[in-house]
Amino acid sequence: MPVKVIIPTPLRAYAGKQESVELQAGTVGEALTALTGRFGELRKHLYADDGRLRSFVNVYVNDEDIRYLQKDQTQVREGDTISIVPSIAGGASR
Amino acid sequence: MATKTIASGAADDGHIPLSKDEILRYSRHLIMPEVGMEGQLKLKKAKVMCIGTGGLGAPLSLYLAAAGVGRIGLIDFDSVDVTNLQRQVLFGTGDVGRPKIEAAYSRLHDVNPEIQIDRFEERLTSENALDILKDYDIVVDGTDNFPTRYLVNDACVLLGKTNVYGSIFRFEGQITIFGYPGGPCYRCLYPEPPPPGLVPSCAEGGVLGVLPGIVGTIQAAETLKLILGKGEPLVGRLLLFDALAMKFRELKLRRNPECPVCGDHRTLHKLIDYAQFCGIRGEEAPSTVTNIPEITPRELKARLDRGDDLYILDVREPHEYQICNLGGHLLPLGELAQRVHELDSSREIVAHCRSGKRSAEAVDFLTKAGFRKIWNLKGGILAWSDEVDPSVPKY
Repeated sequence: MPVKVIIPTPLRAYAGKQESVELQAGTVGEALTALTGRFGELRKHLYADDGRLRSFVNVYVNDEDIRYLQKDQTQVREGDTISIVPSIAGGASR
Repeated sequence: MATKTIASGAADDGHIPLSKDEILRYSRHLIMPEVGMEGQLKLKKAKVMCIGTGGLGAPLSLYLAAAGVGRIGLIDFDSVDVTNLQRQVLFGTGDVGRPKIEAAYSRLHDVNPEIQIDRFEERLTSENALDILKDYDIVVDGTDNFPTRYLVNDACVLLGKTNVYGSIFRFEGQITIFGYPGGPCYRCLYPEPPPPGLVPSCAEGGVLGVLPGIVGTIQAAETLKLILGKGEPLVGRLLLFDALAMKFRELKLRRNPECPVCGDHRTLHKLIDYAQFCGIRGEEAPSTVTNIPEITPRELKARLDRGDDLYILDVREPHEYQICNLGGHLLPLGELAQRVHELDSSREIVAHCRSGKRSAEAVDFLTKAGFRKIWNLKGGILAWSDEVDPSVPKY
């Protein structure tokens, strides 16, 4: 299924500066594998050494958090949008 | 969902009337049915704490003051720096060097002398947070670092306060409401912070000045809605804003029943050491890279003067090179992995960036790639300007 993955600003430098990437995948897990396959440097920003998604990164299919769906196994359909949402903290900084 | 009014508790002390001056001042509120006298009185009785008077705090506090929020608390330990003026619209050039809290008070008092403005010129810590925040109804988080965000979140959950959250990065923002009864808290969304050094600060990442302006104003709007009990607040909704694309998106947030702070089986009952939680020791987040070979600007200058054949590697971005440079070979950090073959490992290489953090990562990467004659310029081009050549502009 063709799906769009939205790359958040802090990670665009590691994804060829793109804001979004079109990929073929059947589940969220497959989409992220395809994504990190295409952009190797993204891997360490998304995944910890134990292979699990880093806890300050959330992944959504359309507007639902995959933690409340089937996590990596969440199925995606044509036209779905996967969003990667990392925590950011900027507010007042010098 | 029907919005509960979040406003001053105090056993209803009866009617606090509006003076004639106030009625004139707030006339544009009073003629709207969504606000009216009843709403304006709610605003007058409301007590809102603004944490931070910078990029987010500036527009936020300005609009809350203008709207007539009766009591506004401000907490900030910082002083106004010229680099703040690009976006922190509470301050003017004449304020540079002044404590932000003083400059903020002057400006806000001028906007609206009818309201009470409480000033806390200190850092919010685990020791003082519960005490400082307890007297306010709503807390608005305008801070700029992860430890404080977790501190504010946890304090608000422990105190039962609603936390209007906003954060920014370059030209993207996030806004939502945490701590609302039944809604999620910050830890439901992000149980753990990123390790220090992984997410750049505004000083390293830069920020479009209007971005905190827009996000802070949205935080003000949400705060007013909570006080008035009108409209749909961003509870359970994460608003994502991209200023470049000029797009808003929304994601659903849920309260996590397993959340250690607000879940069904809470394990956090008091505030912790947030610096430790976020992996930071000392004041400034150190680089995640340690034990890399360094050279100071003076040492570098001495070696160059001696005629040593050093390869200066500048790992900053092209637009930074245009501001100032040491004549080095530009290879942005983000491209290092792909372009490492352009470097000659038989040469002595000194890597630099603006402040020494990115170049430390570059040296770490190259060392692991087998480079043996490589050093990080300690303090970056900023330190070069301070210690060797003051004609090099700092930015």
